[in-house]
Amino acid sequence: MATKSKRQTAVDLAVLAPLDWIDERTGAVRGTKWFLFRNVPRDVSWMQTLGSAALTAFIVQALTGAILALYYKPSSEIDPVTGKPIAYSSIEAITDELTLGWLVRGMHKWGASVFIILLFLHMGRVFLFGAYKYPRELQWITGVLILATGMLMGFTGYLLPWDQTAYWATVVGINLNGTAPFAGPWLAQFLAGGPEIGPDALPKFYALHMLLIPGALIALIGVHIYLVTRLGVSSPPWSSEQAGRERPAAPAPAGARAGLVRGSGGD
Amino acid sequence: MSDTGHDTPHVPGPSLWPIAFAIGVACLLVGLVISWMVAALGAVIAVVCGFLWAREVTRDARSEVPHIEPETRAVADAATTPAVAASTASQSLPAYTRSRFLEASTLGVGAAIGAIVTLPVLGFTVLPSFTNIDEDEADLGPIENFPEGDYMIATYLANPNQGEVSRRTAFVRNNGLTDNGEPSFTILYSRCVHLGCPVQPNGPIDEGARQEVDGVELRPVLAQSFGCPCHGGLYDAEGNRQAGPPVRSMDRYTFSIRNGRLVLGELYAVGNVSGTGANAAISRYPWSVPGTHVDGVEAWLYPIVPSQVTG
Repeated sequence: MATKSKRQTAVDLAVLAPLDWIDERTGAVRGTKWFLFRNVPRDVSWMQTLGSAALTAFIVQALTGAILALYYKPSSEIDPVTGKPIAYSSIEAITDELTLGWLVRGMHKWGASVFIILLFLHMGRVFLFGAYKYPRELQWITGVLILATGMLMGFTGYLLPWDQTAYWATVVGINLNGTAPFAGPWLAQFLAGGPEIGPDALPKFYALHMLLIPGALIALIGVHIYLVTRLGVSSPPWSSEQAGRERPAAPAPAGARAGLVRGSGGD
Repeated sequence: MSDTGHDTPHVPGPSLWPIAFAIGVACLLVGLVISWMVAALGAVIAVVCGFLWAREVTRDARSEVPHIEPETRAVADAATTPAVAASTASQSLPAYTRSRFLEASTLGVGAAIGAIVTLPVLGFTVLPSFTNIDEDEADLGPIENFPEGDYMIATYLANPNQGEVSRRTAFVRNNGLTDNGEPSFTILYSRCVHLGCPVQPNGPIDEGARQEVDGVELRPVLAQSFGCPCHGGLYDAEGNRQAGPPVRSMDRYTFSIRNGRLVLGELYAVGNVSGTGANAAISRYPWSVPGTHVDGVEAWLYPIVPSQVTG
């Protein structure tokens, strides 16, 4: 065994020793390796990156939304200075007055559409590749829930600018919910805060958009990504490899690789 | 330890017999001095109480030893202790173990605490949308402002404290008197019964005759029909659906006339209107969300609507 170079020893001391210290107490390094250093089928393509792209779009939404919340005021009362509702005035201020506010609001507004579009593309890829089949049914189900929750984010966020488009589109959206059998009228009245959309609807939609629905969405994304990590990426339908092959115990010969189901990683 | 059932030294329970025995002995000794009768009484007391004292002290020793079920645990390795395994298997284990009781009580107490916290919060989440929602009646001003036969667009703030978000629009037509001699008004609510967009009257609005009375804006309009800009719903002058997606006739207000002023009451839903003006027959239902049927088979989909419960 060759003696370690001076540089190698310094790296060990500066980087590896602290990492070992952390890993011994938390398992963080092993967990990160389990999460990231996974075997994937040899014939994956850019199609398999749509899920990561959707996740990136969600992270952009979460960050820009949190920053916009620093400046947005969810109140339908009239601002005595501008003579307009406070919510609309704060949107105007973000867009026209605050430095770079137009950019962050634009990222959030257009990023919302990007997120939904990427969800649909990702869903189409999974459907056409048959990647929803055993043992990944729960990934499909949580993915559908993520799509529905993402739609709820769009619905609740649309009201927040509190302009004519936002108001009447939300009136229509709430009344659409109201046409559902049995519970629909109750759901509509809950969302509107009364028989008609009143001043309470705006902070209610803001809280749903900011706190409740994102919490559910983050939890669903966590489950979804855990399942991806546990079950691995599926081969494309045109793959020449036999699906469902056991992972070889010995060092992999050429051509062999993880089959349909991987063991829990970290090894 | 020789006696495993008694970890602590055995102490007899408190008793009055020693005191009574001592009294008897004292009485005997005093009696030896003063009278043999007193001595005999003291002797009887001492013997009886001494006997009862001894009987009480020895009760534990004389009583039957209770049968105590020895504590058992599941044997991990049956091979190493076959005799114990056989004996425990033959005995029936307690059906409800301590750990199961603790598990159940922890879950039960946790559920109770969770319910105490969650139920009020859930109630606060949902109930305010269904309680205390009464809107004040709207006073549209003297009925002389509503000429007979033509529609008037009346807009007002249902709750001035809430501002423009509470602005409501009604289409008011004075129908004159009914056959019974009572005043008749047709008062349509402007929200489309498709999905709640603002319905517009189809006809010229006389902006020159616009007037504002006590915060109510009045504009005469020659409307023979009403149309919705969102999805093309069309209603006739009585509010009946003519075309497009609406599922019932336009909502109407109840009204009353007080001191010569027209006062709007609550909204109600209309299935169909036959006839016109003062002689119209209106099928009236409790108000419901736009888009919900109030009559016909489809109304079975909405058996209970909030206005039926919350008034």
